[in-house]
Amino acid sequence: MSELINSPVWRDLFVNSADNIPWYAEFVRSLLRFVIALAGGLGSVPILVWLERRLLGFWQGRLGPNRVGPFGLLQPLADALKLMMKEDITPTNVDKTLYYLAPAIALVPVICSLTVLPWNSSSDWGAVAPHLNVGILFLLAVASIEVYGVILAGWSSNNKYSLLGGLRASSQVISYELGMGLSIIAVLLMTGTLAMQELVHSQTIATNVPIPDSNYSVWTQSVSAGFWNWNIFKLFPFGLVAAVVYMISMIAETNRAPFDLPEAETELVAGFHTEYTSFKFAMFFMGEYANMMIVSAICVTLFLGGYTAPWGILGQLPASWTFFPSSVLNFINHVVIAPAWLFIKLYTLISFFILVRASQPRLRYDMLMHFGWKVLLPTALANVVLVATSMALQQLFGAVGHFIAVGIAGGLATIVMWVAYLHWKARKSGDEASRLPIRRESVVRAIAARMPVED
Amino acid sequence: MSEFWSDVRQIASEVLAPFQGMARVGVKIIEPTTVLSYPEFRRPMGRRARWRHVLNRYDNGMEKCIGCSLCAGACPANAILVVAGENTDQDRKSPGERFAERYEINMLRCIYCGFCQESCPTGAIELKDIFELAEDSRKKLIYTKEMLLVPDPQLERID
Repeated sequence: MSELINSPVWRDLFVNSADNIPWYAEFVRSLLRFVIALAGGLGSVPILVWLERRLLGFWQGRLGPNRVGPFGLLQPLADALKLMMKEDITPTNVDKTLYYLAPAIALVPVICSLTVLPWNSSSDWGAVAPHLNVGILFLLAVASIEVYGVILAGWSSNNKYSLLGGLRASSQVISYELGMGLSIIAVLLMTGTLAMQELVHSQTIATNVPIPDSNYSVWTQSVSAGFWNWNIFKLFPFGLVAAVVYMISMIAETNRAPFDLPEAETELVAGFHTEYTSFKFAMFFMGEYANMMIVSAICVTLFLGGYTAPWGILGQLPASWTFFPSSVLNFINHVVIAPAWLFIKLYTLISFFILVRASQPRLRYDMLMHFGWKVLLPTALANVVLVATSMALQQLFGAVGHFIAVGIAGGLATIVMWVAYLHWKARKSGDEASRLPIRRESVVRAIAARMPVED
Repeated sequence: MSEFWSDVRQIASEVLAPFQGMARVGVKIIEPTTVLSYPEFRRPMGRRARWRHVLNRYDNGMEKCIGCSLCAGACPANAILVVAGENTDQDRKSPGERFAERYEINMLRCIYCGFCQESCPTGAIELKDIFELAEDSRKKLIYTKEMLLVPDPQLERID
């Protein structure tokens, strides 16, 4: 076993840093990443569906699916089987190329984006976990391709409901991506890196450990520094604001309730996937849930410390447990415990979003746009500027600089809230009829006379 | 000034409302549900529940249906087909002159309005509370006379 681990091929495949490996090792690593992403992404969709249905059930005073398998755990598999057995209908007048392409475009980017997600920091397994130095940029770029699938599905279906759903999806995703991007920029300003792995390192105690028996590569091992070092608590309250803005735009980005306008059942049948059946529908479904998982995973990586434990001692087995060989200890620490923490955080976050879905009513479309452009975007923008201000002032005045920035933020917030209050008051007491484009009396008269409204 | 503070209180309650809702929904996860699990627990149905039809018999085993087709005439969905046959003294199926040789109801068309039951002069057809009617093909949902007839009480007694 030790000969295998110390052999040059093994080191090329799993240990050495990405700059120093031959092409076949690069290929194998890419393949492994993709297999892990496929297994992790598509494999967790059934669990997610089950979790969502069970939790929604409990929160609505029901039980949820509990028949197929223990606790209904096999229900998603049964559903998937049913979906594949269903008749695959292609409507007559659809644009065939785009119609067949759309589900793939919706699903593939999601799986791609899972490949750059860091899930541990070990030396021999961490090499498989990605080291893309523009990770978050890649994620933003790839994640926004998904909406093309939705738009193309809406367009090619030759159906007005689908088209409306696609249009709504596109405008909504574009609007909320701005707030999302700006909240990410705030984090990038704090940490100064684009690489996902380093984003995690910046929230932990990261140590550069040289790899034994080699003089050219090091690996960074990160040990949890406690949850108070997570980005969400960094530069308080700016990290928190960025996290909240990110979480809200992430719900909007994945078209989930209360922002599920593109597939609002009461208005648009099923929105962009009205005309899709069988496996093509299943692809949209999988893409949606996998996307939900990937945006939550980005949120965990950016704001909640990624795969590290909230408390240092919870992140690894005690080193005094010498009855395990060190390689086994290492394996458990890096391949079992680290991903386990990632999953715990991920599913806690997702459960929160399911709670939001269970309790919040759907927004009206103009409210959605109003909220995205007039509330979320300015907040995120101000947050970025304030983070930059805080960091500049900290360079000038040390730790006091941050409090000056918080003071500026507080002043700004007070002014904005005062103006908003005045608006609210004017709206409450103001003559509402005068603000309407149609005069109220004429509407009342027209309705009373059952005549079309004039002017 | 007091107006300002009442405004503040109102705004605060409006801002907090979604979170209150979330808390209210969230605590439901620890509350026991009042769900009755269906196949194990069947809630008794109302006395006037109108589901699947049955064709009744007299106590002596005679069919009540006399093949008059009034139910087929009354059916607004045209779901019932009755073909009458003549009774003979050797082979008597119903006390009347004729009996239903074929009696079919297309359950896919039936709207469970109960007009057939109302129109029946002998009380032969009746809508009972048998409600598990799912099948996997359209053919199987055309119920024939054999499926609709209640078992013969005379034969049951022999068993």
